[in-house]
Amino acid sequence: MSSPTSPVSTTADDVADRTGGARLAVRSLRKVYSGRGEPVEAIADLTFEIRPGELVCVVGPSGAGKTTLLRCMAGLMPATSGELVLGESAITGPPQGMAVVLQEYGRSLFPWMTVAQNVELPLKEKGVGRSRRTELVRETLAAVGLGDVAGSYPWQLSGGMQQRVAIARAVAYEPQVLLMDEPFAAVDAQTRFELEDLVRTLWKRLGITVVFVTHDIDEAIYLGERVLVLSARPTVVLEDVAVGLGAERDQLETRGDAEFARLRTHVYELVQQAKKGVRSLAEAHLTHPAAVGVEPGGASGPPRVR
Amino acid sequence: MSGMVKALRSVLQPVLLAVGLPVVILAVWWVLTAGSTSYFNPPLRTIVGVFGDTWFSSPFGESRIAVDVVPSVLRLLSGYAVALVVGVTLGVAIGSSRVLRAYAEPVLEFFRAIPPPVMVPILMLFLGIGDTMKIVVIATGCLWPILLNTVEGVRGLDPVLRDTARAYRLGRVATVRHLVLRGASPQIVTGARQALSIGIILMVISEMFAAKDGLGFSIVQFQRSFAIPEMWSGVILLGVVGVLLSLVFRAVTNAVLGWYLGYRQSQHGGA
Repeated sequence: MSSPTSPVSTTADDVADRTGGARLAVRSLRKVYSGRGEPVEAIADLTFEIRPGELVCVVGPSGAGKTTLLRCMAGLMPATSGELVLGESAITGPPQGMAVVLQEYGRSLFPWMTVAQNVELPLKEKGVGRSRRTELVRETLAAVGLGDVAGSYPWQLSGGMQQRVAIARAVAYEPQVLLMDEPFAAVDAQTRFELEDLVRTLWKRLGITVVFVTHDIDEAIYLGERVLVLSARPTVVLEDVAVGLGAERDQLETRGDAEFARLRTHVYELVQQAKKGVRSLAEAHLTHPAAVGVEPGGASGPPRVR
Repeated sequence: MSGMVKALRSVLQPVLLAVGLPVVILAVWWVLTAGSTSYFNPPLRTIVGVFGDTWFSSPFGESRIAVDVVPSVLRLLSGYAVALVVGVTLGVAIGSSRVLRAYAEPVLEFFRAIPPPVMVPILMLFLGIGDTMKIVVIATGCLWPILLNTVEGVRGLDPVLRDTARAYRLGRVATVRHLVLRGASPQIVTGARQALSIGIILMVISEMFAAKDGLGFSIVQFQRSFAIPEMWSGVILLGVVGVLLSLVFRAVTNAVLGWYLGYRQSQHGGA
């Protein structure tokens, strides 16, 4: 459980610790889509806070407004009411210091640019000098294990590699907050494990705040320090589950851990209840009740290293 | 030995494929007209015979290539360039704005439906018969396919790419340059290709109405003075100019759309 080595950590060493994270607060967020037909309430009332440098996963049944939430946090979509705050300032448009990795890796990379150009473009716009840009592109591509394909086009790469490019682009941007929207939903299971470890490794090195939206319960628990379980739409937070699995995660050991299994059962039940329309923990009928004795900071599992 | 044959074949095969059919057509034309005594349909041998003299000799100081062909092509290129700049600029604006599109689209469809040659007599009234009129005729004819295809291309941009550009706070200029123009470039090129053939047609037509020089003007002059082989040689030259222009066009396209071919293949599984 405290195995210090993971396959990617050696390459990720190239990326120096630099930015640190920022606080991300969501208060009474409500989102109603008012198109031509009946207005649809996607998010009823969401309030939570993500501390600087925390890795939080968001799970919920499909159609739970996870993507809506992420798009609001990314400033790509205005909230109907409520407040989103990054650091000290309210989010009104795409904020500075935030990078986004989307699920559709194949469509989020510019097909007319090489891998290196894709990573470099946001840096150019940010006003990063040429030599620093070159350095950032080289070292982030190396960190995601793509140092040798910098001159290729994205469509020449496999799905997993394309998503690595998207991650490299986000990391090179040196964000304080990294938002990821089901980024591994479309890659095969083995690549997925590698990419999960890559995210953990980069997160630990950079100390940035990461919000990771997924529909995969195992992935959420494996990656997160906390897991926010959402209800079906209109969305509220069902439970904020602390994951006491320690700082070091390992695909074999962590997933075989008793605590992992307990959390998995618990979150799975919650999501099943959410699908049936349960909108608060009190309403839920759990055969494997709440995470007893696990407070944030974790009584079981080793103390968290920050 | 067989390696050399193979190498030779790999060089010759595309050349043979490209020139094979034209050679056959010319040969058939040559044979069918060899014994022709028709005044209006002279033997191809006669046409080829006068070709060099008609266009390249310079009894009065300058050859017809310099006096007639170069001005024609310059007018074509000027009108085409104006159409490209205006068409792409307007197309990006209209394609990016739903409101603008709703207002503009019916009007655009109407203008596109007007056959460009009918503009010649109208524009003659306003602009006379000089170069300006001809360039404007070519530009207004070439504009529509470029404009409408650009609108389509810009409208069809992947929303995920647009979101990505916004999330990374790309400015307006960078978004147009790196996202909109590049993303719409396959459609822009399609429009530009259609516009080029329209441009060549209008180049000739605008010179047939009223002109003092030009390729179309020369062909009409030859016809009126019963210099029939010379007239035919002008038609052939027109074809050659068209082929040369499309070769240049293809070279530019390959440079701009190099990525697109591979991208499309990767999307359709190598089809």
